Amino acid sequence: MLQVQGVDRFFGDHQVLTDVTFNVERGKLTGFVGGNGAGKTTTMRIILGVLGAHGGTVSLDGQVLDGRARRSFGYMPEERGLYPKMKAAEQLAYLARLHGYDRGEANDRARALLERLGLGERADDTLESLSLGNQQRVQIGAALVHDPQVLILDEPFSGLDPMAVEVVLGVLTEHAERGVPVLFSSHQLDVVERLSDRLVIIAGGQIRANGTAEQLRERHGVRRHQIVTAHDAGWVRQVPGVRLVELDGATAVFEGGDQVAQQVLARAIQQDTVLSFGPVHASLSEIFKDIVIDEEPQEEAA
Amino acid sequence: MSTLTTDRTRPPQTTAGPPREAAPVPTGQAALLVAEREITTQVRAKSFIVSLIITLALVVVGIVAGGYFADRVGSPTPVATVAGAGVELEAVEGFEVTTATDMEAAVDLVRDEEVDAAIVPDETAPTGLRVIALSDPPGDVLQALSVQPEVELLDTSTSRGLQVLISAVFGFLFMMFALGSGAMIVQNTVQEKQSRIVEILLSAVPPRALLAGKVLGNTAVAVGQMAVIGAVAVLTLMLTGQDDLLDLLTGPIAWFVVFFLFGFVLVAALFAAGASLVSRQEDTGVVMMPTMMLVMAPYFVVIFLGENALAMSIASYVPFSAPVAMPVRLFMGDAAWWEPILSLGVLALTAAAVIAVAARIYSGSLLRTGPRVSLREALQGF
Repeated sequence: MLQVQGVDRFFGDHQVLTDVTFNVERGKLTGFVGGNGAGKTTTMRIILGVLGAHGGTVSLDGQVLDGRARRSFGYMPEERGLYPKMKAAEQLAYLARLHGYDRGEANDRARALLERLGLGERADDTLESLSLGNQQRVQIGAALVHDPQVLILDEPFSGLDPMAVEVVLGVLTEHAERGVPVLFSSHQLDVVERLSDRLVIIAGGQIRANGTAEQLRERHGVRRHQIVTAHDAGWVRQVPGVRLVELDGATAVFEGGDQVAQQVLARAIQQDTVLSFGPVHASLSEIFKDIVIDEEPQEEAA
Repeated sequence: MSTLTTDRTRPPQTTAGPPREAAPVPTGQAALLVAEREITTQVRAKSFIVSLIITLALVVVGIVAGGYFADRVGSPTPVATVAGAGVELEAVEGFEVTTATDMEAAVDLVRDEEVDAAIVPDETAPTGLRVIALSDPPGDVLQALSVQPEVELLDTSTSRGLQVLISAVFGFLFMMFALGSGAMIVQNTVQEKQSRIVEILLSAVPPRALLAGKVLGNTAVAVGQMAVIGAVAVLTLMLTGQDDLLDLLTGPIAWFVVFFLFGFVLVAALFAAGASLVSRQEDTGVVMMPTMMLVMAPYFVVIFLGENALAMSIASYVPFSAPVAMPVRLFMGDAAWWEPILSLGVLALTAAAVIAVAARIYSGSLLRTGPRVSLREALQGF
């Protein structure tokens, strides 16, 4: 398990990370979500050791990371960068050799990986001649070619078409299933919700929420109910304590807690036919929006 | 959107061969890998090959043209003799001798301007010879036939003209290669920084290895180019029969190559460290300026102060001008045997010190982006 514990980081006088603490479990894809400037990239660079922390530790299975342990990490930086004039297979083989594979093995690994990423036929093309999406796949390959023990990927899915997302997700899942902790960031919550097993939400340099999607909904989502009746449900808003979220003819979604919901149900049975009634969960995007917006004023005050 | 559904039940597959952990690469080996990449990518670039071919063509044309014009100045004078004249002009350089059957035939050759002069026996003359020419007395023929006293020259050191030429060639080669490769190092370093591949590289190897590999690779490319150009130059000189110049140059050239190697490492480290301070190609000018001045200095020193023995002595010990000034002094026979060794020692120590500092700057600034990193910040690390 990769553990980030109480990490602080300043740029000049400006504190960009405050007590950042979360775990990346083995065998799981952990999504790291936050808006622009929330601190995702800074946190990832600190995990990788390309940036120093001003407080806190990063450890793997209880061992605080040093340069040597980090050599076995796979990293995809936020800004895509490989050598534009080098061939795709050559770049990956070069990186594999830097990680200690001999020439022959490095070549085999590079080609096998490109094949797996759906770029087998473009392996001998220079990077600059590939489309942006394909360059991105090579970039992901660069993070994977040395069979990393930990995977840190900054926005791996941005700019990929749905098919490529599927391929990349497959490859990442394989690595996770082999017990590699995988952390990937995204500013698109729906992507992370769909693709990851666990979520870590960061805003303003602080971890706001952390857990599976289900846990986050339970912990942070406001409980809502939906009722569908035979006739117009406009009367729901007159029930004391109800805050109507959505009304569409005979369907109403409202907030107000279990007590209020019971009253709405009782009245509906009394005056109409109830076709359906039950709780609905707010989507993660809504929770995310709430969490981030709630905390915004604090951030400005800080 | 069915293609988007996640299939987590997919059986595990290995992406690339068996999961075998590779041993971490030692710094030295990593540096060699980096150097190898620098070399192969540069040598394979079309622009590199084209510019090398153009340089080689210029060298060959220059040498051939030089030889041709030298020949023109001393082209042999055609003369005619009569069989039995007893004149051994063949032994004297600079004459093309035609043997005529009799005196009349020899005179006809002069009339037809086939030859500049005819040398025929004349028993009435004190020398036993008569020179027949068309309208002007042929000076070179007369000179060759006259008896000259032995001449002894007290100052046998090489001429000033040749010194200027050799200085200019050494100085120019050093400047050209140092600036060319320097620009390449700067461009590569900033490109790696700008594209952030440096983050991936540094997650695999330490910054020291990256710097060492870059310096090593570019030095190898420059020295390799020098060797090719040198070999072509020597070959052309030999094929055009100008190999007498080679004997004079062998020693100084050997020293020049050794000095060039160390001097180049020094300059390359400076360029790499300077480049690591900036993040964008547009900003490179400011940090490159001081190094470029240092690289151009020896050229102007040997050209303008070449006659000043003291200045040349000092220049031959200053690490930046030594690679040019010391071989020139050796060529002129001005330096004692131990001087190049001492100067080389100074150069090597300076290079080692500069590399140590450069590695520090490189490590401290490579991951910084945005505005230019100040030297002090870079040395303090991040």
